[in-house]
Amino acid sequence: MRSDSYTFKILRYDSTEHDREPYFTSYRVRVIPGLTILMVLLRIRDEIDGTLAFRSSCRSAVCGSCAMVINGKIDLACRTQAASFGTDTIILEPLPNLQIIKDLVVDMTPFWKMYEKIKPYLIRRNQNPEKEIPQTEEERKRIDQYVNCILCASCYGACPVPSKDPDYIGPAAFAKLERFVLDSRDERPKRSLEAVNDDKGVWGCDMVLRCIDACPKDVRPTDSIVGLRKQLLKYKSKKIFSMGKDED
Amino acid sequence: MLYHDVLIVGGGLAGLRAAVGLCDKYNVGLFSKVHPIRSHSIAAQGGINAALANNPEAKDDTWEKHTFDTVKGSDYLADQDAAEIMCKEASIIVYEMEHWGCPFSRFPDNSIAQRPFGGAGYPRTCYSTDITGHVLLNTLFERSVYKGVNIYSEYIVLALVVGDGKCHGVIVLDQLNGRIIPVLAKATLFATGGYGRVYYYSTNALTNTGSGIGIPYRAGIPIKDMEFVQFHPTSLIGTNILMTEGCRGEGGYLVNNKGERFMERYVPKAMELAPRDIVSRSIQTEIEEGRGFESELGNYIQLDLRHLGEKKIMEKLPGIRSICLDFIGIDPILEPIPIMPAQHYSMGGIDTDEKAETIVKGFYAAGECACVSVHGANRLGGNSLLDTIVFGKLGAIAIEEYLQTNEIKLDEKLVMGRKTEVEETIKKLTHSGHEKPFKILEELRGTMSQYVGIFRTKEELQLAFNKILELKEKYKHVKVSSPKPHMNYELIGAIELEYMLDICHIIVLGALLREESRGAHWRRDFPERKDADWLKHTVATLGKDGEPSISYKDVVITRYTPMERKY
Repeated sequence: MRSDSYTFKILRYDSTEHDREPYFTSYRVRVIPGLTILMVLLRIRDEIDGTLAFRSSCRSAVCGSCAMVINGKIDLACRTQAASFGTDTIILEPLPNLQIIKDLVVDMTPFWKMYEKIKPYLIRRNQNPEKEIPQTEEERKRIDQYVNCILCASCYGACPVPSKDPDYIGPAAFAKLERFVLDSRDERPKRSLEAVNDDKGVWGCDMVLRCIDACPKDVRPTDSIVGLRKQLLKYKSKKIFSMGKDED
Repeated sequence: MLYHDVLIVGGGLAGLRAAVGLCDKYNVGLFSKVHPIRSHSIAAQGGINAALANNPEAKDDTWEKHTFDTVKGSDYLADQDAAEIMCKEASIIVYEMEHWGCPFSRFPDNSIAQRPFGGAGYPRTCYSTDITGHVLLNTLFERSVYKGVNIYSEYIVLALVVGDGKCHGVIVLDQLNGRIIPVLAKATLFATGGYGRVYYYSTNALTNTGSGIGIPYRAGIPIKDMEFVQFHPTSLIGTNILMTEGCRGEGGYLVNNKGERFMERYVPKAMELAPRDIVSRSIQTEIEEGRGFESELGNYIQLDLRHLGEKKIMEKLPGIRSICLDFIGIDPILEPIPIMPAQHYSMGGIDTDEKAETIVKGFYAAGECACVSVHGANRLGGNSLLDTIVFGKLGAIAIEEYLQTNEIKLDEKLVMGRKTEVEETIKKLTHSGHEKPFKILEELRGTMSQYVGIFRTKEELQLAFNKILELKEKYKHVKVSSPKPHMNYELIGAIELEYMLDICHIIVLGALLREESRGAHWRRDFPERKDADWLKHTVATLGKDGEPSISYKDVVITRYTPMERKY
């Protein structure tokens, strides 16, 4: 099989060594067609440098562990082929907008905090699981793209807002919220959307669509933001309308 | 030192279900070596079995029929009382997951959709397109957020503390902060998954090292039926990523280089939907007899979905299509998928009963790391997701009972002593020796795939056995690059490697001794099932000499008399 020698420049940093700034280390690795970035990383850690840190698990683009910046583009290391860039020098950096713990491993705490904030679970008034809650296939398909989200934080890393406002909820959490709002079985009160009705919420989005571009699973978080904005406007107009009636 | 009433190890389906069942009443801590959503449960595709009888062709399906299929699929090695409990619970937990938000695919009458799966008499596999593990794990994680389960992500358990026949807790490594922490707990449940990564060809996640089976084994807890290793018939060549049984459930064909649907030769009635052990052997035979296709990535058979048409593939198998596009550049709408069998599941594991209990008080196990046994010698597709949630739930109930009825005194000193031992072990790994851990692992995985695969012989198993002993010797001289425990993946790999060697030792020993063919354990030199001698579970316990000592245990038979397994 054909193989070529590639240079991998990998950002190194250790949060326990405060006095040392991030730096790059270069590794030469032979690349055969089909070899993924994750396989390269595993080989470097096994054979060249046992101190290299990165997250990985499923190696099949379903677990969301290995999102990183690969030659300037955010993607999962496991589904990106080393030979797909038309260059034999590849730069690997950790996801932006999150603090580095070590090398390519970032602290996902802010990401999960925002996820938890939007109440990411089905809300039902009655729990009576004797039978399934009926749902049409069309209703289920409505939430399909959001269900596909693997919470890899690629979108969060690509979004320009969190760096300006760390309290911004972010694309993945909005997609998750819309997944439940659109679910025919969910009974969360409309007023609960007020929690995202500000600049930290859906109105903070700059609509530059980088999240859509970064998503490895074809989720379109911007669709969810537009959807939630519409819901909020509808709720607001209803509220004004009913308040008017009250005054009568 | 940390304290929890209940300590759950593993954040996949079994661990999360157990935690959700206990956290309202007890101080629960869930420790997971990856964030729970990264657990290997996420990768399950095809579905979860329950006799809901939603399929128009399955209106008379019952849990008893599900039990029969499970027992027959197990080649009669399953404990029938446990299989009954699991199949009875199935509908309850599927409805529960649906109510907690799981977005199952639906039939036209708005009920949960069910598809046919291998070895099942009825189409009873509930699914959500081909990402059923993903939706179930998300649902249970969401439930754990709702319930406020206390989760310790990227904490790796290194040792289990057992004394006086009772479990006192564990020693964990907090990877992010590089601290070794003793955790004291009245009850501990392991839900750590399988050991697929001891094989070179495996569908499993890189995290599935099986250390969660090796740790209790080292602590004296018996391990059961380890020679029964499931090889999934259809993994993508090169990466061995799983191509769900749902591909065949939806009507996909297996085709050899003569263009034949060769399953006709082996199982003319069930064809592609025979149980996994049988389909894997058939594929392997085709390849060995020269009817496979050749490629740089290895010889393969084709999984042909083209006749299903674009609409059905996009609706029922979209995840399979995107994996094929991402990882091999093939669109299954237009081309057949090149597949080969690969290690997929461990029927064996920590010896538990139907309440997830072990012989050690306060120590429980559920999911793939446990062996109840409900899968016997061969698990049916769609029964593993079921197993995880059912026994996660039943484990939680058993733990609650234990905590309510027992006065439990924990031995802090014992736990602290164990911590010191673990620190010594780590010091040794980082200060002396010359062997690179990955080299030993590579040899181990190669050996297991070459000699302990789908077809086995005494000679090959003996070769594997000798090799494992040799690698165990080498392991004594392992050295990792950095002594810092902070985010040191090489160190964790080296610690887990010792457990992987133990696991392989037990698998090969069990396989050598079992001179019959049953389910996934096929001996070319003993091609018959021999109920008179071998209708029994293999139990491995750590001997005083540090070697596994093997004994046997009866199979529980209730109403299904063992008979020849025909499909």
